[in-house]
Amino acid sequence: MREEPPFETFDHTADVGIIARGMDLAEAFANAAKAMFSLMVDLDRVEPREERRIEVEADDRESLLVDWLAELLYVSEVDNLVFSHFEVDEISDTRMVAWAYGEPLDLERHNPKLMVKAVTRHMLQVAQADGVWQARVILDI
Amino acid sequence: MSKGWLSILEKVDDYRWRLPATYKAGMRVPGLIYADERLLRTMAEDQALQQVANVAFLPGIVGWSLAMPDIHWGYGFPIGGVAAMRLNGGVVSPGGVGFDINCGARLLRTNLTEAEAQPYLGRLADQLFHDVPSGLGAHGPLSLSDRELDDIMVRGAAWMVERGHGTADDLETTESHGCLAGADPSTVSRRARERGHEQVGTLGAGNHFLEVEAVEAIYDAAAAQAFGLSMGQVVVSFHCGSRGFGHQVCQDYLEVMEKASRQFEIVLPDRQLACAPLDSKPGKDYLAAMASAANFAWANRQAIAHWTRQAFARVLGRSVEELGMTQVYDVAHNIAKVEEHRVAGQSMRLCVHRKGATRAFPPGHAEVPPRYRTVGQPVLVPGDMGRYSYVCVGTERAMAETWGSTCHGAGRLQSRGAAKRSLQGVDIAGGLERRGIVVRVRNRALLAEEASEAYKDVAAVVEVLDRAGISRKVARLRPLAVIKG
Repeated sequence: MREEPPFETFDHTADVGIIARGMDLAEAFANAAKAMFSLMVDLDRVEPREERRIEVEADDRESLLVDWLAELLYVSEVDNLVFSHFEVDEISDTRMVAWAYGEPLDLERHNPKLMVKAVTRHMLQVAQADGVWQARVILDI
Repeated sequence: MSKGWLSILEKVDDYRWRLPATYKAGMRVPGLIYADERLLRTMAEDQALQQVANVAFLPGIVGWSLAMPDIHWGYGFPIGGVAAMRLNGGVVSPGGVGFDINCGARLLRTNLTEAEAQPYLGRLADQLFHDVPSGLGAHGPLSLSDRELDDIMVRGAAWMVERGHGTADDLETTESHGCLAGADPSTVSRRARERGHEQVGTLGAGNHFLEVEAVEAIYDAAAAQAFGLSMGQVVVSFHCGSRGFGHQVCQDYLEVMEKASRQFEIVLPDRQLACAPLDSKPGKDYLAAMASAANFAWANRQAIAHWTRQAFARVLGRSVEELGMTQVYDVAHNIAKVEEHRVAGQSMRLCVHRKGATRAFPPGHAEVPPRYRTVGQPVLVPGDMGRYSYVCVGTERAMAETWGSTCHGAGRLQSRGAAKRSLQGVDIAGGLERRGIVVRVRNRALLAEEASEAYKDVAAVVEVLDRAGISRKVARLRPLAVIKG
């Protein structure tokens, strides 16, 4: 069993960094999405009532992570949804297809917190060590 | 201060520090940091100074990689960084503008005194909180068609004024008249449009705010008079930008710029500094999209100004004219602009990136509104919600040294996490209320992240500007009511 949590946040003076882990890239990316939405709402209060299919392509793993999170932010904002559960159907270094599950933002029930503006490329890293994939990214708040 | 930086930086005088270009292989120019020793010590605690060095790598950078006294760790550029690039051979970098394109501040006057406003503060705060949507999931009362959004991208604040949301006078007292030339809606993605449709007239969240304030000190009587500010007068200021529209424009173009950096073989120490030559297609497209987002932001602040005036009129039962709610000024502090500057005695057009920095043009400059031309451009420097904010004025020295730029705020001292931990269990809103400051906020628990303790003392920051001569103090404003997302 791993000792490290599936995701955690780290301090950045103006913004917030996240580190997500997984036994494979798919799990690390799903946990990165959870980490991001955990900054916005209480994840355990978000019911998986609606689903969205997300498909992104990028030049490398790091860009793929940025595009995945940026796409989720975009869908979240335009459709006024928040997500708490993610399933990655297929993933390579340059392409992924995944499902995000959540429901319309409920200001009373979800305990809205930070508003994430965007996904930065500063200190961006996706790497594997000792069989664990780790994704690190800083979000603009 | 970490010993490392003390031995690297060269002290120019009490308020200027030079970061030699030899510090890091690849720096094209030295860095110049405006700070006193105390502020420098806080800067040295995070990556901000390293980022000043990184910005000096950008092709075509002229003079210095500049850092204002409020700099702190950003992404790519430090927040509080200024860099000017020559048009021929220089680059534009979205990281030098930031995600919140044309985030900025606006200040409105009233002819109310603090004593007159006091009985209304609670109701005013309620009305403003209701009329200016903020926080996660906020939508403005305007839902724009594609065509209208195109018009806003091209015309900025004027679009709002034509619809009765403001006056010609507002445009005259807005940087660039609230409209940056060169905007081209065809360079803006579908996604950015979708995010922008319902967000005009919304405040956002994080460090964005709307405050009712009182003038509590005047430092420069002539400038204060020109700006229409007097002791005890009630004013309104707010801070916000281009919302999801601008964030998406930046997100889209960072990807374009990564490819462009590779294509043009630009070597960078940080991916977030991705850039393209100003005269290349990606460079021109970004500038056109950035101008579109900047204009969206000016329309946004124009709408918020209008709703603010309406809220005051409603609560006080007087007309906007009776209340004297005219505009002092509106400044951008996340923007890249082509401007005329003097380089080695020669006039030269440069692309000035201001990432968390404010334009501070001197007396006599053609871009300073005629009514302020003898004193200089008003500079709005928000502090934090528990202490105070400042109004300053641009100087000749800023024009000569910093491409007419100055700081944009207090600058963060603590990360959100650190602020939350150190203020655990402290009732921030209650503390403000006990001091007579009315607070309306979506999530009271989050207030700790924006508490005074999380920010540098803006008085210390402004003091450096004043002593270094890159802007002069005019007035200090104390918060009476704070509205946050």
